[in-house]
Amino acid sequence: MKFNVNEKGYYGDFGGAFIPEMLYPNVEELRLNYLQIMQEPSFQKEFHDLLRDYVGRPTPLFKANRLSEKYQTNIYLKREDLCHTGAHKVNNTIGQILMAKRLGKNKIVAETGAGQHGVATATVCALMGLECIVYMGAIDIERQAPNVARMRMLGATVVAAQSGSKTLKDATNEAMRHWINNPVDTHYIIGSVVGPHPYPDMVARFQSVISEEIKWQLKEKEGKENPDYVIACVGGGSNAAGAFYHFLDAPETKLIAAEAAGQGVASGHSAATTFLGKEGVLHGSRSLLMQTEDGQVVEPYSISAGLDYPGIGPMHAHLFKTGRAQFFAIEDDEALTSALELSQLEGIIPALESSHALAVLPHLKAKKDEIVVINLSGRGDKDLGTYMKRLNLI
Amino acid sequence: MNRIDKVFREAKGPVLNIYATAGFPNFDDTMTVIKALSEGGADIIEIGMPYSDPVADGETIQMANQVSLDHGMSVAKLFEQLKDLRKEVQTPVILMGYVNPVLQFGIEKFCQKCAEVGIDGLILPDLPMVEYLEEYKSIFDQYGLYNIFLITPQTSDERIRYIDEHSHGFIYMVSSASTTGAKTGISEEQEAYFQRIAGMNLKNPRLIGFGISDKESFLKASKHASGAIIGSAFVKLLSKSKDLKKDIVSFTQSIVG
Repeated sequence: MKFNVNEKGYYGDFGGAFIPEMLYPNVEELRLNYLQIMQEPSFQKEFHDLLRDYVGRPTPLFKANRLSEKYQTNIYLKREDLCHTGAHKVNNTIGQILMAKRLGKNKIVAETGAGQHGVATATVCALMGLECIVYMGAIDIERQAPNVARMRMLGATVVAAQSGSKTLKDATNEAMRHWINNPVDTHYIIGSVVGPHPYPDMVARFQSVISEEIKWQLKEKEGKENPDYVIACVGGGSNAAGAFYHFLDAPETKLIAAEAAGQGVASGHSAATTFLGKEGVLHGSRSLLMQTEDGQVVEPYSISAGLDYPGIGPMHAHLFKTGRAQFFAIEDDEALTSALELSQLEGIIPALESSHALAVLPHLKAKKDEIVVINLSGRGDKDLGTYMKRLNLI
Repeated sequence: MNRIDKVFREAKGPVLNIYATAGFPNFDDTMTVIKALSEGGADIIEIGMPYSDPVADGETIQMANQVSLDHGMSVAKLFEQLKDLRKEVQTPVILMGYVNPVLQFGIEKFCQKCAEVGIDGLILPDLPMVEYLEEYKSIFDQYGLYNIFLITPQTSDERIRYIDEHSHGFIYMVSSASTTGAKTGISEEQEAYFQRIAGMNLKNPRLIGFGISDKESFLKASKHASGAIIGSAFVKLLSKSKDLKKDIVSFTQSIVG
């Protein structure tokens, strides 16, 4: 079984490049060049130097002793929350801005939901001196004011997506429209392993530094590279793609994806795509997608803005369909409980997204001698407002 | 013969293709709009199947899509509205839409229904050529449906040749790098692009769309192609109209008259 993308841009039945002709030249230019550019020694050096000196990599692999004791197993946390800007998102934006420069683009457009990818994009644009436009749903702009302010402080233009449901999927539509209208000088930095080929593969490769580090770090600590479990949350799925990447062909490592069940899979307020979605096409790729019987895209819900997306990346749809990864649907309340638990057992306040991965632990039943790696994709500062309200911290 | 071919073969002047969103401005207006366009002298009628995420469309058509969806429009309901199409009009009708609702309806069933009600062609902007050739072409062919492809100012000559080779009916020439309705009027730069394509001697006729809003821009574009397509400007008219039939006939006549 092959879990990486094939030469046609597919992961099994999923992927492809379902884009209007207006986007074809840009996407094709990227498809023809991305692998070669990424393999150039000068690109590799610049990318890895920035990951080390600017992002702060490698991020630690931390043995969470008190959490391990509670669940009677061996739990390691991959500390992506310690990356500059507070989440794994910056691994990808560093890679893509270097790609954009080599493609001769001097403007960047991006979409953002909660604002994490927008901040990570605005950050690298400031670093490289490129013009940055970020589309963000009008509703998200209201509920994520601090991240809007961060992007503006970093010099980015934040544009409200007023179409459709005015959230992440509409911000993505608007970013695509912007790219259609500005095809020559602009590169679109997609924030997750979604979009037309080669985006899912390119983003997964930039994020794969996560599993690359886990392997050697675990070897140092436990004498073996492959854990028994790797757990990550999945909205579009970029942190999971990065955490799974180098374990895809290691069958002894079980891959676990945590989706956001919102108020419950059957509640009508959920973002658990593999549980509720059907095969379809959105934002340029064939994948699993939450939609009506008529093929209209359904607006998802999750307490975590980063998981609030109606699709998942085609790689994850393939991992789901083949059974290579097991998917859990984690409800809002479970994520909140796990956020509190990690804070008080380990002194780490996790992002709400990452809390969904942590909330798999009570369901996992890992054995005492097994090793569980959880990708702690982001820190919880941005979610403090939600935590204050929902955990009665005021 | 496919009605689209007949139009180009028999055209005495530039071919006028007008786009309207199904179920807009009101759910039951689809046939009223089609009949009035035919009566007014449109040569080809393009009916948009509404979608929640129309990425190639600008504000005007997005709005029409949303209104239509709010009315409860779907692919199945559209076919219901079109069931007597060929008793009423002989003008070629093309369905335009995004691929996901078509996939959910079922591609074979969709093509079968198209043939049943008398649809002549399809424009599915997010269905890529390579997917079309591998998965869909044989089904489209079986039901006599022409798949219309787009080209843009950024499309390479090599790809234009490739698209021309696999096209039937006509090629939809997007006038500028934009979504629908984003720009109006035609610049010198665009005219140069029109001339470049005209000089390629493609086997298919070309219709120029995006930014065509009135007689002046229609005629200007038609100098370098077989005709042109009006979309957003017509949808704007529909959204303001108090008397659809009268306004549509007079708008259409103002272009071709």
